[in-house]
Amino acid sequence: MNYQFEFGWLFEYYPQIVKGIAITIQLIAVGAVAGISLGIVCAWVRALGPAWAKPVVAAYVELIRNTPFLIQLFFIFFGLPSLGLQLSELQAANLAMVVNLGAYSSEIIRAGIQATPKGQFEAGSSLAMTPFEIFRHVVLVPSLQRIWPALSSQVVIVMLGSAVVSQIAAEDLTFAANFIQSRTFRAFEAYMVSTAVYLLLAILLRQVLGMVGWLIFPRRAAR
Amino acid sequence: MSLIEITDVRKSFGPNEVLKGINLDVEPGEVIAIIGKSGSGKSTLLRCINGLETISDGSISVAGAQLLDDEAHLKALRLKVGMIFQQFNLFPHLTAGGNVMLSQMVVKKTPKPEAEEMARKMLERVGLDHKFDAYPDELSGGQQQRVAIARALAMQPIALLCDEITSALDPELVAEVLAVVRELAAEGMTLLMVTHEMRFARDVCSRVVFMHQGRVHEIGPPEEVFANPQTPELKQFLGVH
Repeated sequence: MNYQFEFGWLFEYYPQIVKGIAITIQLIAVGAVAGISLGIVCAWVRALGPAWAKPVVAAYVELIRNTPFLIQLFFIFFGLPSLGLQLSELQAANLAMVVNLGAYSSEIIRAGIQATPKGQFEAGSSLAMTPFEIFRHVVLVPSLQRIWPALSSQVVIVMLGSAVVSQIAAEDLTFAANFIQSRTFRAFEAYMVSTAVYLLLAILLRQVLGMVGWLIFPRRAAR
Repeated sequence: MSLIEITDVRKSFGPNEVLKGINLDVEPGEVIAIIGKSGSGKSTLLRCINGLETISDGSISVAGAQLLDDEAHLKALRLKVGMIFQQFNLFPHLTAGGNVMLSQMVVKKTPKPEAEEMARKMLERVGLDHKFDAYPDELSGGQQQRVAIARALAMQPIALLCDEITSALDPELVAEVLAVVRELAAEGMTLLMVTHEMRFARDVCSRVVFMHQGRVHEIGPPEEVFANPQTPELKQFLGVH
């Protein structure tokens, strides 16, 4: 084996890599915030919401959890224009990630809600709070705290899964790696660099999520 | 008109009738102890009064607020009666102060500074003003229960329902909670308590209700009920022969 490693191309192509990193970060930032928000709403509907809305949300969740992310992405990017909804690569990628994380996170958050002791609902009721006020002020935060580690893992999975958005030419980190290796034929080095960056991003993302948890949950509320 | 009027209340869980026609009128300032074996329906009766259980038949009203199964009526009723639970049920993500402030701000839309002032006053009333910033799991069981009492009092109810509030406490913590309840009674708060603290019932209550198999089996002032039980069931329950 006498392969000569060659990283000289980094100097020429680093703007692509930086842009790719920026887009990947943007995708997961939007995906996480909007996806978890969507997940909270869906979890509320399935755990405590009106009966008519439950099958609607259940259908959405099952549809997303039982089909490949790549197909969801293609459907949004290539399929929706037939209905007159034309999205840019980036818009389609963002939407796909929100829709995907929304479904997965709703199931995780629902588990947290359903683990709430009955006494919490009763205490809220006896203080004259409405069911929605109880959810918003009593149930939500401890529920999220219960499942925060699982939810964090899911966000990291979705961040790593965002690599497939390069397939619709959204210029994320994977797109940059593909682009560089097709220009330089340095496949090993290009994917090595992108692997290292993904690894770093994933570790960083876990740290950030841990920090967010530390900020929104009081020090001692584990139950 | 009595403060709390319970008329012909029946409650079934499936085929199992737990309350078989309860009649009980409570006057303002009365302290009522509800005693009886487990399964006699005493907790269910208490939970019916503020709508945690829906009644199958009969009627309940508190200071003119009728118990009806819709959000507006339930809210009106629950603003008049507070409830304290065996398991405290404090909100774990809020401090003691936060627990007492929450429903004031959410339900009554009290501005935060006023809610906080009220919370401090109520925590002081139960002897815990120094624990304002402590989270529930930093407090002993007795302290948690006193915070729960302060939380209920902050809504300024005209009656309090206490559902075996000392049953989950170590014996040495029971006294501190009962001392708070005793004080409330002395201040004229109307109290309905399901309790196993017979001596407390004898000392503090104006009337004792003995429930047996879903009915009010015997009722009267504590000196009569405890000293001179009429029915064999109550005699057996009290262990006198």
